[in-house]
Amino acid sequence: MVKLVIVMKTLKTIDKWCKGCGICVEFCPKNVLGLIDDKVTVQNKEECIFCGQCELRCPDYAIFAEENNYEQAGFNARQ
Amino acid sequence: MASQLVEKYMRTEHLPHIWCPGCGNGVIMHAVVRAIDKLELDKNKVCIVSGIGCSSRAAGYLDFNTIHTTHGRALAFATGIKLAKPELEVVVIAGDGDIAAIGGNHLIHAARRNVGMTVVVINNNIYGMTGGQYSPATPAGEFGTTAPYGNIDRPFDIAALAAGAGASFTARGTVYNPAQITSCIQKGILHKGFSLIECISVCPVYYGRKNKKGSVIDMIKWQRDNSIPVEKAGKLPPEELKGKIVTGVLSQATYPEYTEEYAKIIEKVSGGINYEQA
Repeated sequence: MVKLVIVMKTLKTIDKWCKGCGICVEFCPKNVLGLIDDKVTVQNKEECIFCGQCELRCPDYAIFAEENNYEQAGFNARQ
Repeated sequence: MASQLVEKYMRTEHLPHIWCPGCGNGVIMHAVVRAIDKLELDKNKVCIVSGIGCSSRAAGYLDFNTIHTTHGRALAFATGIKLAKPELEVVVIAGDGDIAAIGGNHLIHAARRNVGMTVVVINNNIYGMTGGQYSPATPAGEFGTTAPYGNIDRPFDIAALAAGAGASFTARGTVYNPAQITSCIQKGILHKGFSLIECISVCPVYYGRKNKKGSVIDMIKWQRDNSIPVEKAGKLPPEELKGKIVTGVLSQATYPEYTEEYAKIIEKVSGGINYEQA
């Protein structure tokens, strides 16, 4: 029996902590992010490759990739 | 709900922090936390010591044993903590003014004694908290509120100063490359003896504005274009290294560690009797 683990990553932002410096927007390699009213917003969600550059560079911890693992039981590799 | 790392190691009720938009302090504090997490240190066995200045606010935001001390004296307090409890991992977070000007004397003597602690210096080239006065790390010719016609002092190379005073591990990194800072801090914590990691930060509000460095993004891009890895810098002539930031592990040596030597003296004088238990 093999356990199948599905890793779901989602990009989260915290509006209250964001100061709108724009570092994440500038250094995002896929142009996923933008600033609206000086707050970071995820604009092209589909393009995100979860490289973690924004989380690494954000001085305010206002953006990060959240990881959720789901286990799918009953999956048999031989079938 | 913040990231797991932030939730685990920071006092989130005090966030957002007071640092200006784009300030490098937040990035470096994150790197310290990441290094401690990667080493899987026990939170209760880590002590964060800081002095006064923007960077020293870090002790308030980090959820370890923390102490926020007087200006420049962080190393003196840290030496005391390390001598009283040598099993603690003491990490000092200090600014360039705190460690090289007001605490300059403490720095050279802590380095000379090789006290087993890790010093993370956040070098933003200016006194940010008090309004942009020039610090010992402000490059010559640059401006500050107390140097309206340009600074004529030559700046300190803090890592070289520490190495010259006897620090057994020195390294340098930039805010452009937080991963490198993390790995340098990790190596510094693992190193037995006095280790100093100089982190070149950005102060877009006081230093950047006064010196027309552009936005924080321009300042970080300048760091990217002007840093040279130490391995490559060794092959270049000194003229080409002018105004550049040499990054990586700069020096490493093995000297007797202070608290160990001190324990040996206690052992010798007491003749092996443990007075704490007796």
